[in-house]
Amino acid sequence: MMLPISRSLRRRRNENRTDSIWPFRPRRLLLTGASLLLYPALAAAQTPTAPASAAPPDDGQWTMPAKNYAATRYSALDEINGGNVSHLQVAFAFSTGVDHGQEAAPIVANNTMFIVTPYPNIVYALDLTKPGAPIKWSYQAHPDPASQGVACCDVVNRGATYSDGKLFFNTLDDNTIALDAETGKLLWKTKLGDLNTGETITMAPLVVKGKVIVGDSGGELGVRGWLSALDVNTGKLLWRAYATGPDKDVLIGPGFHSFYPSDNGADLGVSTWPTDAWQTGGGTMWGWIAYDPDLNLIYYGTGNPGPWNQEQRPGDNKWTTTLFARDPDTGEAKWALQYNPHDEHDYDGINEQILVDMMAGGKPRKVLMHPDRNGYLYIVDRESGEIVSANPYGYVNSVLRIDTKTGRPVMNPDKLTKVGTVVHDICPTASGLKDWNPSAFSPLTGLMYIPHENLCMDWKSRSVSYIAGTPFVGAEVVSKPGPGGNRGEFTAWDPVAGKAVWTIKEDLPLWSGAVVTAGGLVVYGTMDGWFKAVDAKTGELKWRFKTGSGIIGQPVAYRGPDGREYVAILSGVGGWAGAIVSGDLDPRDPTGALGMNGLMADLKTKTAPGGTLYVFALPSS
Amino acid sequence: MSSPCRVPDQSAATMRLASIALVTWLALSASDAMAQQGTAPEADRGPDAVSVTGLFPNGGAPSPPDPTGTRFEGNKAAIADGKQLFGQMNCTGCHFNGGGGMGPALMSGHWRYGGQIDQIYASIAQGRPNGMPSWQFVLQPQQIWELAAFVKSLSASAALGASAKP
Repeated sequence: MMLPISRSLRRRRNENRTDSIWPFRPRRLLLTGASLLLYPALAAAQTPTAPASAAPPDDGQWTMPAKNYAATRYSALDEINGGNVSHLQVAFAFSTGVDHGQEAAPIVANNTMFIVTPYPNIVYALDLTKPGAPIKWSYQAHPDPASQGVACCDVVNRGATYSDGKLFFNTLDDNTIALDAETGKLLWKTKLGDLNTGETITMAPLVVKGKVIVGDSGGELGVRGWLSALDVNTGKLLWRAYATGPDKDVLIGPGFHSFYPSDNGADLGVSTWPTDAWQTGGGTMWGWIAYDPDLNLIYYGTGNPGPWNQEQRPGDNKWTTTLFARDPDTGEAKWALQYNPHDEHDYDGINEQILVDMMAGGKPRKVLMHPDRNGYLYIVDRESGEIVSANPYGYVNSVLRIDTKTGRPVMNPDKLTKVGTVVHDICPTASGLKDWNPSAFSPLTGLMYIPHENLCMDWKSRSVSYIAGTPFVGAEVVSKPGPGGNRGEFTAWDPVAGKAVWTIKEDLPLWSGAVVTAGGLVVYGTMDGWFKAVDAKTGELKWRFKTGSGIIGQPVAYRGPDGREYVAILSGVGGWAGAIVSGDLDPRDPTGALGMNGLMADLKTKTAPGGTLYVFALPSS
Repeated sequence: MSSPCRVPDQSAATMRLASIALVTWLALSASDAMAQQGTAPEADRGPDAVSVTGLFPNGGAPSPPDPTGTRFEGNKAAIADGKQLFGQMNCTGCHFNGGGGMGPALMSGHWRYGGQIDQIYASIAQGRPNGMPSWQFVLQPQQIWELAAFVKSLSASAALGASAKP
């Protein structure tokens, strides 16, 4: 891809690459003969591209955590590249003052950077037009301190979203808040949940067609999951779609047609559970939402069923661990695909969906790419919900294969969980082959860049009673390194071929997101604090910098007011895998932190809690 | 001048308990087990006053250890009953086997709100503002003492285990 062409031409080509492969764009016809030679039509047709409506040309900002509705986390900026990245240096840093897991993406809009801290969910606006990016304003949400006691996996927040002069974010104590992005003034605040049911909110909202879309957390406390839409101007609740219960609550109506028979039927959110168990059955939504403006559908997955002890909930447990396609105007479901019917390994379905158009089976298809916790990379037709392909992107032994005829995983009977029996070496572990931390996709390479884990577990189920506001788990888990001993992996994945192109082995589990740029670089962080840039084509390490604490955040790239390219990341260890440090847990109990304590015992010797924003740039010459 | 915390007595607990069928069943089964062993101390009330700070301007001293707590601390039957309750009340969901997770570690020997058994009792009964729920309406004093005895034992055994290692 790094052909010796002029920079202006390359930039133009990169911008065009964000277009859909169909309908065929007349703009392509305007390309010069020289550029056609450099950019053969055949290659264009076979390289997946994000739909233009969901991934418009890069404006240099980063207004939502996933960069765009297609969730590509691709920056078309190319000032920083493989040739000069070794000169990258800190432009400025900023302490968040909070030393819990920093999972948020810095948001950049109107020459301002917005960051949300973990609990107590302070929002800082930094003025990028001034030297050192001083505080423009800050907002103290003052969430209820009790919320810390019902958050399953550290007190994280996955970031804010900017839209049309407003900044939207969620608080751990179940509020969605809208601020005036210019002044930090509170516009509205809407309470969406109840801490006494164990409900919290950790996800980053998405704004679609005048609505703020929000989901809840609490799948380990028997919380009934939902996705809600609020009016951007008033905060009024417009619709709520539950993940369990009768069709009227799930917003399943006459327009609902799933591709697979087992995902069709009346009130499956009730009938696939023991009596009333759906009311405490989980299916929360604490991950990512994508949006296809052409089809007018949002896509998101639901979390694990509760309790973890599967023997207490015979049935498919719909609609937990389920991919939904919904009309954002009404919330009505168009189709659903349950990734893990009757999940018995905590394989939530909340990981990201990246929207691309690509050739599959000899014809162009509109698909989404989803690396599931169960270890399989699903390519799903965005219109029908059909699984185009599903391949493991790392070591998996609990799921033998995904049956694309039925849409269901074929489970390994030796790795099913039972009460009173320790089932050994289930791979992947409860947090999955990959957890929430999002992948990136480059239209230049056509590859998906997946930061993930390589972990297995021993699991013992036990009976558990539901007591509102307390953990509803019923399993004792001990996680351990997967084959090879490396706990993390970074995989570049070819979605057309359905295989890895290169893989980087990391000692620690990867809990940070990734960004890929037109400069041919992929950036991500490690839990001991290294922030790395690697070659997007080969995975070769090009640059790294040791930040103050472990990294579990989401990198972003943006164009500053001075026209230069910047890369930003929040450093600060925590989250499920890092709670041993941020919560000062005791590694002598390997079952602690839902099985992470023993696995991560050495993290206390490798990093310390922190909370610092780092912004990097090339030296100004 | 000192800062004792009143710990609620059992009348409210008994009243609320009756309305929670599931928890009542669990509580009764735990009580039965205790009665059959017949070796755990008995208590129908919590400590009168518990200090949660060692700071006393112009002088003063922490409340002396509650004599009821002294009877429960280290009692094997009480610890066994407490361990059972620890699982039944889903304490394990937050604190696991002492290593902590959603809640702090209980085996480390470091305590946010005091590690005396009567202080642990107060934390369980009243809850604590950063996320520890209040169990005073669910459990009876006897059960809270047993839980406190078990929680106290976690740090003792951990300390022994740690020192035994080279």
